[in-house]
Amino acid sequence: MERNQMRRQLALIRQSFFDQGFLDEQFIQLEELQDDANPNFVEEVVTLYYRDSSRLILNIDQALERNPLDFNKLDNYMHQFKGSSTSIGAKKVKAECTQFREYCKAGNSEGRCMRTFQQLKKEYAILKRKLEAYFQQARQAGPLETACRSRN
Amino acid sequence: MTVEAEIDDPRDQFPIGMRVLAVDDDPTCLFLLEKLLRRCQYHVTTTNQAIKALNLLRENKDQFDLVISDVQMPDMDGFKLLELVGLEMDLPVIMLSINGDTKLVMKGITHGACDYLLKPVRIEELKNIWQHVIRRKKFDSKDRNNCGNQEKLHSGSVEGGPGSAGTLLDQNGKLNKKRKDQDEEEFEEHDENGPDNDDPSNQKKPRVVWSVDLHRKFVAAVNQLGIDKAVPKKILDLMNVEKLTRENVASHLQKYRLYLKRISCVANQQANMVAALGGTDASFLQMSSLNGAGNFQTLNGSGQFHNTAFRSFPPSGMLGRLSTSAGLGIHSLPSSGMTQLGHSQNSGSSTIDQVNFQQVIIPGNHNGSVLQGVPMSLQLDQLQHNKSVTRVRELSTAVDNTTVFPISSGLPDARMTIGSSSNPLLGVTNNTLMLEGAPQGAQTGKVFGNHSSVSFASLNSGLSSPLPDHRRLNDNWSTAQSSGIQSNSFSLNDTFKQATMQPSNLRDNMSTMALQIGCDPCNVSSVSSISTQSQDLRADVQCRTNLISSNAGQVSNNALAQRWDDHDQDGSYHSNVMCSSINSMIPVNGTVGPLGQHLGPKNTIFHTNMDFNSMEQSNFIDPLYMNHNEVNKSTMETSLKLKQGLFMDQRKPQGSFISGNFGSLEDIVSAMAKQEQDKLKLIEGDFGCDPYSLGTCM
Repeated sequence: MERNQMRRQLALIRQSFFDQGFLDEQFIQLEELQDDANPNFVEEVVTLYYRDSSRLILNIDQALERNPLDFNKLDNYMHQFKGSSTSIGAKKVKAECTQFREYCKAGNSEGRCMRTFQQLKKEYAILKRKLEAYFQQARQAGPLETACRSRN
Repeated sequence: MTVEAEIDDPRDQFPIGMRVLAVDDDPTCLFLLEKLLRRCQYHVTTTNQAIKALNLLRENKDQFDLVISDVQMPDMDGFKLLELVGLEMDLPVIMLSINGDTKLVMKGITHGACDYLLKPVRIEELKNIWQHVIRRKKFDSKDRNNCGNQEKLHSGSVEGGPGSAGTLLDQNGKLNKKRKDQDEEEFEEHDENGPDNDDPSNQKKPRVVWSVDLHRKFVAAVNQLGIDKAVPKKILDLMNVEKLTRENVASHLQKYRLYLKRISCVANQQANMVAALGGTDASFLQMSSLNGAGNFQTLNGSGQFHNTAFRSFPPSGMLGRLSTSAGLGIHSLPSSGMTQLGHSQNSGSSTIDQVNFQQVIIPGNHNGSVLQGVPMSLQLDQLQHNKSVTRVRELSTAVDNTTVFPISSGLPDARMTIGSSSNPLLGVTNNTLMLEGAPQGAQTGKVFGNHSSVSFASLNSGLSSPLPDHRRLNDNWSTAQSSGIQSNSFSLNDTFKQATMQPSNLRDNMSTMALQIGCDPCNVSSVSSISTQSQDLRADVQCRTNLISSNAGQVSNNALAQRWDDHDQDGSYHSNVMCSSINSMIPVNGTVGPLGQHLGPKNTIFHTNMDFNSMEQSNFIDPLYMNHNEVNKSTMETSLKLKQGLFMDQRKPQGSFISGNFGSLEDIVSAMAKQEQDKLKLIEGDFGCDPYSLGTCM
């Protein structure tokens, strides 16, 4: 019973991710790749993503401290960041990346770049928290559940 | 149907078990990709470094069926990897990127990718990638069979890489027809060993690694035969290498053509190179640049070219060897090379590592020295501008010289683009360098005839930073001087103005040729100009060449500036001159002093006086062998080594020189490529002095 409840709850949380635009269809693709051989595939990918992107964020932070800004470099970092974010379906984060790159290309809006990046970090942190909670709950609900979670 | 069943290799269930190599620097993406591929039941190997990938591929040729690679990677550009894999291993490569810009996709195509996927990749797309493997195998064998007979067809335009051979077949009815008509036998006989669609494993012949040496031989053979007439069978015979099959040669030829086409496109865009080949002694400029991977090809063209456009070398810029063969013998040289000159097109996109050298040799008959500039521009992939048009002008002189501009480009690692374009860097077009020489001496004051147009091939080379590591430019200039002709002294003075920063600086006076190339971001190919001196004037030819060697890793511009003795030249350089280095052939005794230049990184300009007294063997690959009859040929080879600096060695011309004077000028123009696109216009100079003797005075 409790399990069912937990699962239902999980399903709701998951659905909210999509509804609120935190995640997109790519996440579903990830889920589909999860199987018995890799029961925690999604979590693994997401963990990998956070590990790798935190390094990127550090680099970008440093680059943003320079004066004048090296837009080229920033754009490169952002390109990478966008790539990984896309791979896990982090929708909002991706949008912020795109925005950031636009500003980089314009090349003259340092302020906007900074602000966008702050926003990006925020979204990134939010998603991270949510996903962590989600996975934790998923583990509690039972590993088998993740595979046959209902897709909406 | 495969006998592999026993090995538990599920290849008979192809596409199941297809062996894929996945390359992506982003760990998240790589992880995901691996999972997706495994889901498709492929056999996956992953690496996050392009270099590792290359090593894996190189160690075991038959280890993989397909490569998937990200476009943007820190250690090597994805396109570069793409080309390398295509050239060396002939495997289908699929590009992956977030960015789906048309330009990028186009770039992928021109570099030979068989597909371009956008991230995030969907599994449905990956489920179909095996088709590229099949297609390639299927049409590759057919293509190889027919390749030899389709030389003519191919010369026109070879599209795409091997992977698109099928398309080519399909689209080109003629091709198909001819194939059927001509190649039935071959096809059949090839079929036995040919790729078997059903049996991929059997299709794999031991892979041939096109090493520098091998490639050099290949190019020499092609040049000898003439690019249009080069048939795999003949090439194979000429090369005389054991264990090399016709199919290997055929497929390599196909790629080479593709490469040529690509760079010629770029050159065309930029400028037209006017090759003035007068009767001046033929000097062959050979530029070959080899990079580590060392593929270079030289095309020899014989004949007089006027205003020929040279191909621009691909950005990665390799300097080819300029070999100038003086003398009439050049005529006998395959003229196919010349045809290449006509179109120089440079693919704007930087070329990947592969460096292909094209050597275009333009024989000119002139008494005067023929200046040939082989523009070698190293261009980085990212340089777009390199469109260089090189003009080879030949100084008209009484002497019948043929100048040959070898344009060599093509290094696996680096591409040289020679282009003269408005590029600020250098206007030298790819291959040709102009010859300029103004006879110092009294002889005729004008080096370049009346027109005094100097065509320079400026090499624009832009080397993208990633390139340098892999690129080594070897520049060999060989100037062959054939003087033999009556003309007395040729002096070629050419002042090259480098257009680099200012497009169109041409000095009418050719008194000094100064090549200044400065490119910051670009690597410049070195241009060596050789000026020939007429015997009367001077015994030794001094060539000052400024070599700007591009630094691998950094954009370096090499500019060769040649200073010619002051000579009143009437050349007018319309175009931005690229630096052309002219190696002047040795005067009288026709000794060419070795030019050695060591180029330091980043814009080092060397002024060297070349005294050709002794010839040094260029440590670089031998120059093209042209069939010279009795042409005196002196080849100077300059090799540029990017990494280690560039130095030019000049070889003493073998031929005898015109009594009195001859000048063979080799201009090696190193263009500095700016990262931006600039077009350099070649300066057209008419060198047409007919009889005048060019005295070269350096």
